[in-house]
Amino acid sequence: MSVFEVKDVSLRFGGVQAVGNVSFTVEQGEVFAIIGPNGAGKTSMLNVITRVFDPSAGSVVFEGQDITRLPRHKIVHSGIARTFQNIELFEGGTVLDNLLLGRHRFDHGSFLAQWLWTPGVRRAEAASRAHVEDVIDLLDLMPYRNSPVAGLPYGVRKVVELARALSTQPRLLLLDEPASGLNPEETRELAFWIDDIQKDLGITVIMVEHDMSLVSEAADRVLCMNMGQVLALGSPAQVQGDPAVIAAYLGG
Amino acid sequence: MRFHYDTSYHDGQTLLRYPVGRIAYAALLLALLVVPWVLPKYYVGEMSYVFIMCIASLGLMTLVGYTGQVSLGHSAFIAIGAYTETWMLSQGVPFGPSLLIAACLSGVIGLVIGLPAIRVSGLYLAMVTLAFAILTEHTIGHWKGVTGGFNGLSVGNPVLAGFDLGGLKPFYYLCLGVLVLVLAGLLNLMRSKTGRAFMGVRDSEAAAYSLGIWVAGYKVLAFVISAMVTGLAGALLAHHVRFLTPEGFGLILSLELVLMVTIGGLGSLRGAILGAVLISMLPTFISRIKPMLPEHISKQFGLEIFVFGLVLALFVLFEPKGLNGRWIKFRTFLQTFPLYRKDMFKRGKSYMKSERYK
Amino acid sequence: MSQELAQIAQLAINGMAIGAIYALVALGLVLTYKATEVLNFAHGDVLMASSFVGWGLIVGLGWPFWLAALTTVALAAIFSWFVDARVMRQIVGQPQFAGVMLTIAIAFMLRGLVSMSFGPESRNYPTPWSGQKTEIAGVVIADLSLVIIAAALLITLVLFWFLKKTALGVAIQAASQNQLAAYLSGIRVKRVTSLVWGISGAIAAVCGLLLAPIALVDIGLWIVVLKALAAVVLGGFGSVPGAILGGLLLGVIEQFAGVYLPDGFKDAMAYLVLIGVLILWPRGLLGEAHGRRV
Repeated sequence: MSVFEVKDVSLRFGGVQAVGNVSFTVEQGEVFAIIGPNGAGKTSMLNVITRVFDPSAGSVVFEGQDITRLPRHKIVHSGIARTFQNIELFEGGTVLDNLLLGRHRFDHGSFLAQWLWTPGVRRAEAASRAHVEDVIDLLDLMPYRNSPVAGLPYGVRKVVELARALSTQPRLLLLDEPASGLNPEETRELAFWIDDIQKDLGITVIMVEHDMSLVSEAADRVLCMNMGQVLALGSPAQVQGDPAVIAAYLGG
Repeated sequence: MRFHYDTSYHDGQTLLRYPVGRIAYAALLLALLVVPWVLPKYYVGEMSYVFIMCIASLGLMTLVGYTGQVSLGHSAFIAIGAYTETWMLSQGVPFGPSLLIAACLSGVIGLVIGLPAIRVSGLYLAMVTLAFAILTEHTIGHWKGVTGGFNGLSVGNPVLAGFDLGGLKPFYYLCLGVLVLVLAGLLNLMRSKTGRAFMGVRDSEAAAYSLGIWVAGYKVLAFVISAMVTGLAGALLAHHVRFLTPEGFGLILSLELVLMVTIGGLGSLRGAILGAVLISMLPTFISRIKPMLPEHISKQFGLEIFVFGLVLALFVLFEPKGLNGRWIKFRTFLQTFPLYRKDMFKRGKSYMKSERYK
Repeated sequence: MSQELAQIAQLAINGMAIGAIYALVALGLVLTYKATEVLNFAHGDVLMASSFVGWGLIVGLGWPFWLAALTTVALAAIFSWFVDARVMRQIVGQPQFAGVMLTIAIAFMLRGLVSMSFGPESRNYPTPWSGQKTEIAGVVIADLSLVIIAAALLITLVLFWFLKKTALGVAIQAASQNQLAAYLSGIRVKRVTSLVWGISGAIAAVCGLLLAPIALVDIGLWIVVLKALAAVVLGGFGSVPGAILGGLLLGVIEQFAGVYLPDGFKDAMAYLVLIGVLILWPRGLLGEAHGRRV
């Protein structure tokens, strides 16, 4: 059952066609990878889905709801969360602060109640903290809970970004190059976590990725893009063996 | 040696976690309550002024320290608060409601400034607010009908329910009371959802959007809250000075406020208070040491502004986290004694990152 | 020439004379902004301090105008060089706000020092052109104003030639566009940056020396930096020709506002322009657009 659908989406920046007439669907609970050489339009595609950009044509539908023109800050309410290619953590806070911000879309007491720090607000804060602790347990972030994010090693920061996205309780998770900058051991851990996210939490995952080992291990289906167009779509083995894909990566 | 051991989720967000803090702040409050009966008259008046500046500093900190929107024009809100309060008293509005209305009008102006401010950020916002402050001073000077122009305007007495709060001691308690209320409210706001959202907007707008934070809305909200609090301080200031002139609300006042939040330590309410105390007491301190300085330095009036510049420069260069940073380092030293490591707060080397191309 | 046209021409000439000062001050601001991405709030105070130093040399020590002027310009250049080399460099890598705060601190210190050294009274000094006027086609212009316009033109042309045609000038442009690449190309970025600050300080000194006979040697001279800010914004932030154009335009706008708009608008014009441009047309006239990739 396809839960997410991209229909004929195009995106232009002035004279440059970043995404040209791309269509694909994603099934409930699958891990869908988007690969392609640099400049293929993969991140632009993610940015269209998360409403950073308005597409010049086409539509995006999630769980039957057309999200093509949704305001940017309403996307997470539809159940879609994302991570960023260049980590966008809140550098002024601790890991806990970052994860608690992931809970923003849930009710934490009215504005007036917050000024007064009513028992209702206190309860809501504790409830959020409980949810966040579940995510910390899942991703083994316990030792870093109260550490300022600014001093943490790169691998941990990537995990914190993933944890923050999970704190929003999404039904669709968009990962932008989750393995970039990670060593093979961390990448393998990431593959396990994506597996856990898929099987235990039932979250559908779309990931833009360059690391082929991660794609082969974690992805159910792969879409290859080049120059804003779709090149191939199928299982990891199929796409990696496709001559057009190989030509795009190797040139000629 | 303090071990942080939380046993419930509430512990993480309590304001005064340990008995030491509770006792210390209780003692401070007691001391402040007793001050008017113990210290000479001059100091009681000075303390009232310090409290008012603390309130204004808290207002600016909400905007600059928490949402990262730089405003060099907050003297405008102080002016708006002060003149509105004065005008309303002269029109017969009773004292308490006049404060509220002054704060609200200031908030409305904050809204008017905050809305276009969404499109403008960083340096540009600083310039817009700078221009706004100058224009406000200019407008006050020329709108003679309401503000009395450059001839000045005298302020009516604050009489609440028949009780004159204009006297030295009652006014002191009034300012202290307002400060405590504002501080408590902001402390609560900053540890709940809104405060976190502010910090999110400051640190990464892109991530904030993706987490459902309506960035534009929170930016404007911060402006409004900041303007209201600063306007309230302005209304109280009117009663402190008793006679308003446009010169008292110019660019220098704006820069003083910015000095307070910067030297105090951006991003913390404690920093706002510490910075306000330091900066507002600096002129008094300077006049104390003038007799000790060589004749030709102490005679001219440039010493004050020179010292302001020097203090600011020293903090920017050597303690960018401000007085609050020092406080935290000292507190950590006390808490981890004797295991405090010299390099615990060492700053890493940083390279110039262009903010134009990213 | 008809009465009205003559008046318009007079206003335009007056505007350009003042505008030339704004343009020069704005030029100094843009130079340091392009080099270090810091808006130098102390620029106006260097201008102001230079006028005091000039006064001290001309009236206090009795030096001839040209000697005093050259010395003052040299002193300002050296001072600005040291401000960048010893002070601003300490905060490289910190957010822009820190730089702005530091320049404000330096501005305060300069203002305090000048006030303590010279006292609060305004004063003046004679120049070779004081009190003389020229008339061209029915339009009267003070000789000093002509000198200001000429100086602005000269400095602009020399700077343009320097930046485009000499190796050092091209190095300055490179360092301001991409520091890392400039380092790797063998450019001594630190020296180049301090040089730019020195040039900016020299320009400020020239402005101060020429402005003081009109506006008096007074602490309040520093305010011209705020008008220059409006000029920079009008012309387009980060654009050198924009700063010049913005300055000239601003001067003319002020003059016309003084005559055709109600009382009080003339002084407020610069700030209204600044706010208006930043909100409605942030790029200004010749500015560059910039965004952020996510």
